[in-house]
Amino acid sequence: MFRILKQSLRTGLLTETPPDLEDAKLERIGVELHRRIDARFKRSLAIRQVDAGSCNGCELEIHALNNPYHDIERFGVHFVASPRHADALLVTGPVSRHMETALRRTWRATPAPKFVIAAGDCACTGGEFGVSYASCGAVANVIPVDVTIPGCPPTPRDLLKGLLAALR
Amino acid sequence: MSHFDWLSEYLARLGSEQVIALREDASALAPARHLELDPKDWTSAARVAAAMGLRHAGVWADPQPVADEAVMRVWACLEYAGDYLVLETQVALNRPVLNSQSPSFAGINRLERHAHDLTGLTFKHTPDKRRWTRHQAWPADRFPLRSDFPLAGENGHRTPADADYPFVRVKGAGVYTIPVGPVHAGIIEPGHFRFHAMGEDVLRLEARLGYVHKGIEKLAVGRDPASLVRLAGRVSGDSTVAHAWAACQAMERATGCAVPPRALALRGLMAERERIANHLGDIGAICNDVSFTFAHVQCARLRELWQRRSLALFGHRLMMNAVVPGGVAHALSAKSVTELHADHAALKTAIEPIFNVIEDHPSLDDRLMSTGVLSEADARALGCTGYVGKASGLAFDLRRANPYAPYDALEIETLVLAEGDVAARAHIRMAEIRHSLHWMDRLLDQLPDGEIAAPLPEAAEDAMGLGLIEGWRGEILCFVRFGPQGRIARYFPRDPSWFTWPALERLILGNIVPDFPVCNKSVNGSYAGEDL
Repeated sequence: MFRILKQSLRTGLLTETPPDLEDAKLERIGVELHRRIDARFKRSLAIRQVDAGSCNGCELEIHALNNPYHDIERFGVHFVASPRHADALLVTGPVSRHMETALRRTWRATPAPKFVIAAGDCACTGGEFGVSYASCGAVANVIPVDVTIPGCPPTPRDLLKGLLAALR
Repeated sequence: MSHFDWLSEYLARLGSEQVIALREDASALAPARHLELDPKDWTSAARVAAAMGLRHAGVWADPQPVADEAVMRVWACLEYAGDYLVLETQVALNRPVLNSQSPSFAGINRLERHAHDLTGLTFKHTPDKRRWTRHQAWPADRFPLRSDFPLAGENGHRTPADADYPFVRVKGAGVYTIPVGPVHAGIIEPGHFRFHAMGEDVLRLEARLGYVHKGIEKLAVGRDPASLVRLAGRVSGDSTVAHAWAACQAMERATGCAVPPRALALRGLMAERERIANHLGDIGAICNDVSFTFAHVQCARLRELWQRRSLALFGHRLMMNAVVPGGVAHALSAKSVTELHADHAALKTAIEPIFNVIEDHPSLDDRLMSTGVLSEADARALGCTGYVGKASGLAFDLRRANPYAPYDALEIETLVLAEGDVAARAHIRMAEIRHSLHWMDRLLDQLPDGEIAAPLPEAAEDAMGLGLIEGWRGEILCFVRFGPQGRIARYFPRDPSWFTWPALERLILGNIVPDFPVCNKSVNGSYAGEDL
């Protein structure tokens, strides 16, 4: 117990005191994101992440959005377990043909108003995998996409900026 | 003990089964030995190998006709005491039938099914001949890796869900089924798990993967070496360094490329960085799965700092595209070496108070100890390597068993535990972080001067190479065969996850359904790495 408290106290609050310019910039992006979410989604944006064929690189960076440095939840953005609870789908990977139907069904299960963010080069264009016997390529080839976030994989900051664009 | 001192006994035992090697060769796939067999002897070779305690490291088929001969070449890789023996046989391309090796080696059944789905090679006398990688994207009588199958596919229709896959059913009063996936509740890769449970206890778990099959083996055909490595770096994004290194090593062995020592040391450094980043993330996630968020947040903090340093020094947060044929893409300045030393020291200090809590905390002990036990017998039968094997009593680590540069200059020690539970796998990972930090400092101390890349010589037609790298999940095997004009004819990366997914199905038995996430995380098989 005391060991945990000591470690937590010693680590301090990494998110609230921006130690350098980079993090100050991040804070600005986040505040703006928060403002838009307040206006459009009653102060919280629920995202359902769908890996439709990614190599798992994008997932690692999406995870990083939740670490104490980025802590995306403070801006009202959180990841939910079901598309029924989601305002937006965050889709990664070229859509493999084996995931094509699952992705369509996930999209149909998401209540309107909804929007789709394609994250990563594969989701935007098909990337390294393109269109083939096994891959449908870009997410837009399967479901309507509102915003794309390029990058292989996009960094957590790219993802934050992309979310901001999604709400414009 | 000298290398391959067991091989003569293996050959003698084969001889007593009337199995005669058609050809034996030490150079074609060096450092592995190569043994060509008659197809009728395929099963006996496996049976003798299993009786001698060899490990099966994978099977794959190569259906491209060689010099107008309509044959399919089939390969199997065996390992003993760090020495590798590759078996090869040839079957007719118009009637590719071979006896299965999976009765002797349970772990390779899915590799055989994968080989069938992509090449049409039919295995006889196999315990399980259901489709594996194929869902509904192509018909049962068409095979994507055949040369008559176009990369673009043969129909542009929508692909329906694979609704009628014949799962094994469990019947009985009170038995119920829980289907999970392919879209999971967390931020993870897609796959389907079929649980059969009675009350809270899992009676049977069957994984159904293949959802992220992207045709990597087909996409590789015709690529040049640089573009193959870019693809290899995306087989499994969390293992980008290890898979890219394995592909490079295979091509460098095939072409006789002398990689500069500095490049090899930097590859080793990056591979250990990758191991630490993934272990940090997973140790935190294991704790998070039993609601101990303190460790999750602390580990995520350290991982983020680690990734930022990777971006600064190796140009990418996951170090993608940093390994290139013949060397590495990023030089390391003297200043960066100093920074890295300081970084390693800082991480060494930072992990101790956190690991100290994880290693000794009653609520974690309660949830992690005796949960998800994989017996040594099961781990051995399935061919598990990496932390899954080491937590279940199998000491194998390629960096020690058959050290490749730069590990040949280090004293590699590994921790082995016998418990085989989630706690043991977490302990092995914590030990691996400590070990890697130590070795990285040694690598930096001994960092040779010189070039960071050498040009890759053009490969002769039919030149082959076998890459073997200890990735963070365990041993990665990679086979490359060149075609004309230095283009790739066959690329097969075998991720260690092929053997740890079946291990997950065994270690979950008798555990409660709510403990599945933590068991799964402690193994953390790659979906993308297996689906290809």
